[in-house]
Amino acid sequence: MSGWLLLAAALAVAVVVVVALPFLREPAPASDALRELDGPERELLEAEEERDRALAALKELEADHRAGRLSDDDYRSVVGPLRQEAAQALRTLDRLAAGTRDGGAKAD
Amino acid sequence: MAELGRAALLLTLGLSAYALVAGGAAAWLGRRRLAHSARNALLASFFSTLVAALVLVVGFARDDFSLAYVAGHSSEALPIQYKLSAFWGGQEGSLLLWLLVLTAYSALAVWFARKRARDLVVWVTPVLGGIALGFSWLLVAVSSPFETIPAPADGNGLNPSLQNPYMVAHPVFLYLGYVGLAVPFAFAMGALLSGRTDERWIVATRRWTLVAWTALGIGQLLGAHWAYEEVGWGGYYAWDPVENAALIPWLAATAFLHSVMIQEKRGMLRVWNVALVSLAFCLSLFGTFLTRSGVVSSIHSFTQSAIGPWFLGFIIVAVAFSTAMIWLRLPQLRTTAKLESLVSREAAFLYNNLLLVALCLTILWGTAWPMVSEAVRGESVVVGRPYYDFFLRIFGLPLLLLMGIGPLVAWRRASLRGLLRAVTWPAVIALATGVLLVALGAGSSIPGLIAYTFSTFVLAAIVVEFARGTAARRALTGEPVPTAFAQLVGRNRRRYGGYVVHAAVVLLAIGVAGSSAYDSVAEGRLARGDSLSVGGYTLTYRELTERDGPNATEIRAVLDVRRGRDDLGTIAAGKNAYSVEQQVSNEVGIRSDLLTGEDLFVIAEQVRDDGAVVFRVFVKPLVNLIWLAGIVFVLGSLIALWPDPREERRLATRYARAEERSETPATT
Repeated sequence: MSGWLLLAAALAVAVVVVVALPFLREPAPASDALRELDGPERELLEAEEERDRALAALKELEADHRAGRLSDDDYRSVVGPLRQEAAQALRTLDRLAAGTRDGGAKAD
Repeated sequence: MAELGRAALLLTLGLSAYALVAGGAAAWLGRRRLAHSARNALLASFFSTLVAALVLVVGFARDDFSLAYVAGHSSEALPIQYKLSAFWGGQEGSLLLWLLVLTAYSALAVWFARKRARDLVVWVTPVLGGIALGFSWLLVAVSSPFETIPAPADGNGLNPSLQNPYMVAHPVFLYLGYVGLAVPFAFAMGALLSGRTDERWIVATRRWTLVAWTALGIGQLLGAHWAYEEVGWGGYYAWDPVENAALIPWLAATAFLHSVMIQEKRGMLRVWNVALVSLAFCLSLFGTFLTRSGVVSSIHSFTQSAIGPWFLGFIIVAVAFSTAMIWLRLPQLRTTAKLESLVSREAAFLYNNLLLVALCLTILWGTAWPMVSEAVRGESVVVGRPYYDFFLRIFGLPLLLLMGIGPLVAWRRASLRGLLRAVTWPAVIALATGVLLVALGAGSSIPGLIAYTFSTFVLAAIVVEFARGTAARRALTGEPVPTAFAQLVGRNRRRYGGYVVHAAVVLLAIGVAGSSAYDSVAEGRLARGDSLSVGGYTLTYRELTERDGPNATEIRAVLDVRRGRDDLGTIAAGKNAYSVEQQVSNEVGIRSDLLTGEDLFVIAEQVRDDGAVVFRVFVKPLVNLIWLAGIVFVLGSLIALWPDPREERRLATRYARAEERSETPATT
């Protein structure tokens, strides 16, 4: 067997060890199930994204207005609905967060 | 040594197959250890591919001509930098480079997203494994770089066209771009497979998309510069199918980079975004297919091979899979947010997207039509420059204008009066420039004139944007101008980085318009002492020189250059005769005026036995702005790419819950 083939064999052993590592580390785990976000948690995540979007939009609107990209009239026509959206996003987030906390407490 | 290379590729094949099958099973059955094992296989596939690549590099460096690929693409006399770049000078090496870049991107993307989007990565792993499987199969079973032969005394050498510094870097950047598009594609598919259509796939791939898009852009500019210097026809882009193959996915990725912002800001265009990212990836496969299959004859395509059907199959699978996934998840991708006004930033982005996709598809059609025609009717038709130029003007000029208008419009809705007020100054400056250009005689080309006027509008709009932003920040914080400016850019990197990229596109447009619409050309057979005049220059043929280079005989015709009464020195153009390769290359002479951006470009078409030379000489105004645009483009991309700690903290907070949850051991 040539030296190159020995190197190839060593490489094969190394990658097999790397691939098998999760099983070697935990031969008999208490649970092997993947942890995934459940329905309420996914809703919560999406609500957090919605809140960030609404708050970022408000911030950007203020910056656009300050920089003169937006006239006073245009600013006034947009800022009201945007604030309502942001408030709605925060309310939804609070409701969902409370629900998740309650769910967690009941599970405990 | 070849055994090690073959074994390493075989390992990559096995690891990719494992990542696909075990990763798919783990995601489907919800098995944690199996998912981690599949992810490890993807990480390990990078190292096994790296070993294969190093074996090939060593083969080239040591002139190991027992490797058929090395013998076919190198020689003992080849300078060392070209021995290394010969790695990707042919089919097999190019595919190996593709696989190396793919496994590197896959390992890095999966590793960095392993916490923030753990449940997504579980589904991304089999997708990336599937792509790597396709390429490693080609390298193991169809087109191996480790085939051995009885070693000849010397190799065949490298195609002289590839013996150019730009060709050392151009393919690497191009592949970094093509292959990089696999990452957003895999994450988008992972999101669809898992049914998690929140923004995490976008957040996880934002930088990878930008890196791939930047690399593809740089790769194209390097390729254009190579064509300009090396091909010797006086241009830099000829709408060649292989050139188009890189432009098409870049245009789709440009559309995606814009439309994804609408999803981030407004939660809209979810279907459009996954469709665009799939299109960009499938087009990058198509680009590789065009370049590597030998299906088109092109000055940029250096291979003829049998991998075409495999590639076509691969593209069909990718298109069918992504279309099926989008169709399957349509209900989850629908959004309640709607476009509020046709005069708004998101509407401008939408128009920009429609124009970019229209331009992308028309170029795709022009590129594919000769092949389709040959397959269906048995005769190939040529889609020439007028077709592309027409659509570039129809879609490209409005795109240029939109680049200036878009940033001046507010999100959601703006009144027409507000819009008019915002565009007043840039429009006045642009119109004044247009009138001035007509007065200076630039009216000879209407598209050129429009391009210049629109370009001025965009540049003025960018300057106005920076000035307004800085002034607003100063008013708020009282900071001095330089600090306010730096803070403005630092706190809005993607936005202002994007504006710098827009400035680069404008420079490119000015350079292209100037060098193509206003260039001058002259041709003549000159004996020693004869002169030729073009574009204000006078060239006098002085002498013919000959010297031995490292692996070629270099013949140069030397000309004295004068402009008016100014002596501008000499310029040399000629030919290289490569002994091993038995080929002759054109070596052009270029004199750049960095102040005006103009090039004097000399081609020695024929060197006659009597010492006379047939010259073709171009004067190309503003052509250097194209290369300057490349530098500005990289600068803008770096600004947009640079991590923003505030943004990172915000995202970390947002996804901390998902991270915690996925790290909690299961109780079942």
